[in-house]
Amino acid sequence: MLPALLTMVGLAAAAGGAAALAARRSERDRNRLVDEIDALLPQTQCGRCTFAGCRPYAAALANGEADINQCPPGGHATAAALATLLGREPRPVDPRFGIVPTQPMVAWIDESACIGCVKCIQACPVDAIVGASRFMHTVIAEQCTGCELCIPPCPVDCIVMRPAPG
Amino acid sequence: MARSAVRGGLRLSAHKERSTEQPLRPASAVDSLVLPLDQQAGAPAVPLVKPGDRVLRGEPVAEPGGEISAWLHSPASGTVAAIEPRPAPQRMGAPTLSIVIANDRRDEHYASSSTSRFEELSPEQLREAIGRGGIVGLGGAVFPTAAKLSSAARANGLRLLVNGAECEPYISCDDMLMRERARDIVLGAQILLHALAAQVCVIAIEDDTPQAAAALGAAIAEARDERIQLRFVASVYPAGGERQLITAVFGVEVPHGGLPADVSTACLNVGTAAAVAQWIRDAQPLTSRIVTVTGDGVREQRNLEVPLGTSMAALIYDCGGYTGRMSRLIMGGSMMGQALPHDDLPVIKATNCIIAASALDLQLRGLEMPCIRCGNCSAVCPAVLLPQQLHWYAAARDFAALETYGLMDCIECGCCDYVCPSQIPLAERFRDMKPALLETLTARASADAARTRFDARTARLERIERERDAALAKKRQELAIPRDPPAQHSPRLGGKS
Amino acid sequence: MRQVLYALVPTVALHVVFFGPGLLIQIVLGVATGLLCEAAALRLRGKPLPPFLLDGSAIITAVLLALCLPPLAPWWLVVSGVAFAILLAKHLFGGLGANPFNPAMVGYAVLLVSFPARLLQWLPPDTAGFEPAALSFTETLTTILTGSPPARFTWDAITSPTPLDALRTDLALGMTMGEAHAGALFSTFGGKGWEWINLATLAGGAWLLVLRIIRWQIPVAMLGALFVCASALSAVDPGAYAGPLFHLTSGASLLGAFFIATDPVSAATSDRGRLIYGAGIGVLTYVIRTWGGYPDGVAFAVLIMNLAVPLIDRYTIPRIYGHAR
Repeated sequence: MLPALLTMVGLAAAAGGAAALAARRSERDRNRLVDEIDALLPQTQCGRCTFAGCRPYAAALANGEADINQCPPGGHATAAALATLLGREPRPVDPRFGIVPTQPMVAWIDESACIGCVKCIQACPVDAIVGASRFMHTVIAEQCTGCELCIPPCPVDCIVMRPAPG
Repeated sequence: MARSAVRGGLRLSAHKERSTEQPLRPASAVDSLVLPLDQQAGAPAVPLVKPGDRVLRGEPVAEPGGEISAWLHSPASGTVAAIEPRPAPQRMGAPTLSIVIANDRRDEHYASSSTSRFEELSPEQLREAIGRGGIVGLGGAVFPTAAKLSSAARANGLRLLVNGAECEPYISCDDMLMRERARDIVLGAQILLHALAAQVCVIAIEDDTPQAAAALGAAIAEARDERIQLRFVASVYPAGGERQLITAVFGVEVPHGGLPADVSTACLNVGTAAAVAQWIRDAQPLTSRIVTVTGDGVREQRNLEVPLGTSMAALIYDCGGYTGRMSRLIMGGSMMGQALPHDDLPVIKATNCIIAASALDLQLRGLEMPCIRCGNCSAVCPAVLLPQQLHWYAAARDFAALETYGLMDCIECGCCDYVCPSQIPLAERFRDMKPALLETLTARASADAARTRFDARTARLERIERERDAALAKKRQELAIPRDPPAQHSPRLGGKS
Repeated sequence: MRQVLYALVPTVALHVVFFGPGLLIQIVLGVATGLLCEAAALRLRGKPLPPFLLDGSAIITAVLLALCLPPLAPWWLVVSGVAFAILLAKHLFGGLGANPFNPAMVGYAVLLVSFPARLLQWLPPDTAGFEPAALSFTETLTTILTGSPPARFTWDAITSPTPLDALRTDLALGMTMGEAHAGALFSTFGGKGWEWINLATLAGGAWLLVLRIIRWQIPVAMLGALFVCASALSAVDPGAYAGPLFHLTSGASLLGAFFIATDPVSAATSDRGRLIYGAGIGVLTYVIRTWGGYPDGVAFAVLIMNLAVPLIDRYTIPRIYGHAR
């Protein structure tokens, strides 16, 4: 009786310990996890999640310092995908971080009002605005991620968001 | 002659004898011709005429609307009655902007500028000339031929494959063309060889069309052109699919996401080749095509040379009208054809066949049951897919899995559909899922691009800051400013001594 | 699926010839239970009854399970087995097309683990050298329905082990293979009576292959693996290990190869996957028969390989046209 009992308990402990060890992520696994999370994010680089870009948010998620529902541009689909990847409870995007867009939006510069101050160019995280000091600025629509970071710096308020073409 | 075979596929009853018994004849003239401007792949054509203009047969009425587009020519002499939206077959009957021409039945021809002997033109000039004839792929894809040739010509060691493997049941227009106009096809092949600067041409046909084989063999022998040879493929559906035919004939596979040019091949339909010949040799642009009118629902089943824009109703009337058994009108063949809502639709460049189907022709689908993973579908798939898995993941909208299992490689041939014992409309489902998957793939590509630009910008800003710090440190060093400057000695400031 | 039932007719017929009408009663009980459970489950799931009830899958499950049970087994054995198979192994997972495990084998495994003694009470075959207890049809029926044999018999008097079971016992008693095979239950290469039933199964299976209802990969792989294992080990020590012909024709080898393992829903997906799947079943069957705790290993072998199917599928995706890998 006793040997059998000890064997069973020993096997269970060994199996459980092995599982726990496997679950503890190594450094390399952690980096790979950040890559996997980053691959799910829309790369808008807007900062609405309170992190300075998509990769910092991914790193925070991997470390358990952020929640899965902080990315409005990714929408509820991204939140669900993050929940699946990280084994957490799926939840819709928290409206405190922003409104989930119903369609892709891109920035558009009203060229009649633009004064060529390059402030929006400096603000764009993906270099989607073409222009130079005192030259006309324009947004390359295909490369705009809709992050809206160019709108606050514009001193003449000539940038608006429009539905993405095509 | 070596016989090559396709992987998977189905041996289907051809249903072609009924429409190939009688020789080709021209369709009867009609009063009104409707030309949808977007009947080719790529951008819609842009009208050159306006309502009220008089046009001659063969006169250009619309020019290409973009890089990939095609010329449109008037199939008859008459007046432009209108340029307005009209129901179109490629849009399932939804209206699209079309040029409507009232036929004055005088059949006056437009004098196209004659082309000098095609061999004297450079390949580039010849391609441009072919484009001006409004030639598009007549196998059904209606891709503008000039654009296809230009893109293919960039490859090295190009070989031309002329596709005469008409594999889909009911369709026999290519068979009739090969029987009656084999010379045009061979001349077209020679013109295309020059346009591609290629040295090798294979005309591939199925092994169950002896008359076509004989006619083509004779025409090739007559041309005494060693560059052209005839090859047979097993008459298994879909042997005529571009990728499948290239593999069967040349033994190479067109890479995923690639084009035949990637394996040094340009594949064009026999109809396209004949149209090229008629344009270059006779200055006759693409204004008509051979259409198979078949099915138990029409009195006379045959092939006709039909001016583009003829309404299908007129065409059926020309063939004796409907029988009492007519049930559904289908444009295309029995595997990939599309059902049309009514017959007041014009014949377009893509119309290879019209089936007036009765209950005898139609195989009504039974009640859809769950997939039992029997594997009949994967056994027949010419693209070596696992349709049962695609079906599973399509239901779950699991785009990552759909991509892994190759949804975008599905050629929509319908073989899986045909053999499914649970009556699941597989090909339809896959066709419906593809746009959604494409959207996901495109979104991912955009996100990847945005990430790259963001990382590049971050790296650039860091580099600029580093360089600035380094420059400032260097300047400090050069000016030998010590770290703790001594106290300033100035009377004005009342400094200490 | 009707074709599968037709293909089972020779097996059932010969089984009745050698072992009496008990099997028919088990089949009737099993099919009735199966259809009732299926109807109840469909109703609960809100699915329409007619197309699903008539598709034959529940009937096949019941017939296959009945074939695995002793002809005189009490009624509640087949009823609970079929109920378990249909309700838990099939509908709980999503119904037709969604079961990861072979339902008939799940039912059988549950019965085997819960009532092992009952499942070893087979009948002696009605062949030369035996005088099976002359139970009339009515007596067979009452035995099954009441769970006890007619008054003039005891269980020991009328039951007999299967050849595989007898072999295992004999080997455990220290006999060599040759001595064991000389026993009354054994014939030229299989068990008496059983070899004919297996031939009938082979004929039915060949019929299904010809009609392309099943594909050759699973039967060939399973029987091939079983053949190879048995040949190898019996060549090494013929006294301790049974030969390939015996293994192929005894127990549920042929029934399993053509009718059970070929259940497409729980089998691997691609052709290559099916070869691996079938081979795995063959090897596991041999292992369980030779060294495991049960006389026949087909049921557990099938269930274990069902577990392995997602893994097999993942690594045997065929190379898609135009892709490099």
